Amino acid sequence: MLNYIFRRLLIAVPSLLGISIVLFTVLALAPGDPFEELATNPNVPAEVRMMLRQQFGLDDPVWQRYVRWLMSMLQGDWGFSFQSRVNVDQLILQRLPTTIVVIGLSQVLAILIALPVGVLAAVKPYSWFDRIASTIAFVGFSLPTFFTGIVFILFFSIYLGWLPFVYRSDISATGWQFFWEHFKQSIMPISVLGLFQAASMMRYVRSAVLDVIRLDYVTTARSKGLTERTVINKHVVRNALIPVVTLVALQMPAVFGGAIVTEQIFRVPGIGSLLIDAILRNDTPVIMAVTFVLSCLVIFFNLLADVIYGWLDPRISYG
Amino acid sequence: MQDITQVHQAPELGKAVASISPWQEAWRRFKRHRLAYWSLWVLGCMVLAVLLGPLVYKIGVNDVDFQSRLAGPSLKHPMGTDDLGRDILARVLYGGRISLAVGMAAMLMAISVGVLIGAVAGMARGWVDAVLMWVTDLFLSLPQLPLLLLLIFLFREPLKQTFGLELGIFILIVAVIGGFRWMPVARLVRAQFFSLREKEFVEAARALGASTPRQVVRHILPNSLGPVIVAATIDVAAAIIAESTLSFLGLGFPPDIPTWGRILYDGRDYMDLAVHWAMFPGLAIFLTVLTINFIGDGLRDALDPRRVL
Repeated sequence: MLNYIFRRLLIAVPSLLGISIVLFTVLALAPGDPFEELATNPNVPAEVRMMLRQQFGLDDPVWQRYVRWLMSMLQGDWGFSFQSRVNVDQLILQRLPTTIVVIGLSQVLAILIALPVGVLAAVKPYSWFDRIASTIAFVGFSLPTFFTGIVFILFFSIYLGWLPFVYRSDISATGWQFFWEHFKQSIMPISVLGLFQAASMMRYVRSAVLDVIRLDYVTTARSKGLTERTVINKHVVRNALIPVVTLVALQMPAVFGGAIVTEQIFRVPGIGSLLIDAILRNDTPVIMAVTFVLSCLVIFFNLLADVIYGWLDPRISYG
Repeated sequence: MQDITQVHQAPELGKAVASISPWQEAWRRFKRHRLAYWSLWVLGCMVLAVLLGPLVYKIGVNDVDFQSRLAGPSLKHPMGTDDLGRDILARVLYGGRISLAVGMAAMLMAISVGVLIGAVAGMARGWVDAVLMWVTDLFLSLPQLPLLLLLIFLFREPLKQTFGLELGIFILIVAVIGGFRWMPVARLVRAQFFSLREKEFVEAARALGASTPRQVVRHILPNSLGPVIVAATIDVAAAIIAESTLSFLGLGFPPDIPTWGRILYDGRDYMDLAVHWAMFPGLAIFLTVLTINFIGDGLRDALDPRRVL
């Protein structure tokens, strides 16, 4: 198992390198000087600017700059934020846990909804349940997250007044009150993201189960006298999940996109809102670092999917 | 090829058999999908409204009317007004043109790049294929929205200076959205090419001395178009969502150009006072995307010859 994970890690290295090349090329191709914040700041004298250019090596050949940039990225030396005058890695470490929690919980919510609904829909295809579920799923993934977010705020915060619509990280309450407040303010961001995911996931689950349920081994399981419940849970779902895991992993970039939007709507202090703030304030080091971190997270989740894949399907050898 | 099909379509035993072209057959199958069929009508009406609406509906996009600020829907302003008293229907109609134009242009870009890369990979095989597929997989694992934001942040100003405000942003957004959506198409086309290039009719064309470009353009490509058309439909919807997401984050078109996402973005701060402001553009996006997705679903059924309908 460890061996397998290690090999997958080795395969992930070229993609990480590829992503870093793409990122660096984008930065290098960009007209003007991305670090011009310091250059245009009138408080910075010309000599200091030249020294800074030299120190950052902005006048060296491109490949040297790339290698140096990559090295410092790998060592966790991500420069510092022009705006908040804090090291970028600290800034990101502050924000990352919130994002991971929101994304993680929304994925859990999505699975909890999509799996049972998708399986039930596929067990009785074209029944009224299937039709209604499929139509709702269709509507669900045609609704952009920013619109659902706004509708949720309108309904739950403004009309009903149940939930706060601005996420606060400075809740003063302690004990149960603290958890309750956090829970209340997390409901909307998590459900907006989770429902959107659940909609497309449900369609994957349904078609995967439909593919599996007609296979001979399922008939065999039934004719052995197993209960329908066992047949579905043990024989059908487990095999149907294999393609679903791949598709869900392929969706990860979209999930992070959705997280950026939800964090922006509900003012969740996560890595996505950090990115938007940095872009609106021309804070280049933060933008680069956040994009890099998000790329790494996507690759990490792909890796995780591979591991789950191996667990679901024993035919894939770990050797 | 021509002669063989002629023979097949000829009426047999004197009975007049009306010949049905593949497209007529696809249309017949498409109509079976009720939701897709009605979606086509709804979308058609919306496209017409967006194209012809501003010609009929005379209130200007930036006509300020301080007498009726944040007014709800009324006869004078069917969708109400915003905080400057600008008519929201006029803005939604105008914004629709931009959103649909971005969607179509980004789709064309994604499809052309995807077909090109998929076709080259499918015909060349060997190391060319390996490299192209590695690039495709790499692009698939890129976090798209952050990169979109990064690219727009870095390239907005220079393009604005070269092409002017509206056109510059339009080119940038279309190129960036299109540049991140070609991967599924490339994979589809490559897979189709792999199976089609070994088929007998292609072999026959090859035996008759058809050059590789001719084999591709005349024989392989037309037969691999079905899934590509479906992907193209879905891409239009995805591009519209991407554009409105960018506008919603305040990084799309500038504030004086009302796209659907931008109106929504402006309206969300006034949700307690003027619900209609954010609702109507949001509903426009939702309805467009929903109908396009349904049409894509219907096309999938219609263009898949293996499916019995």
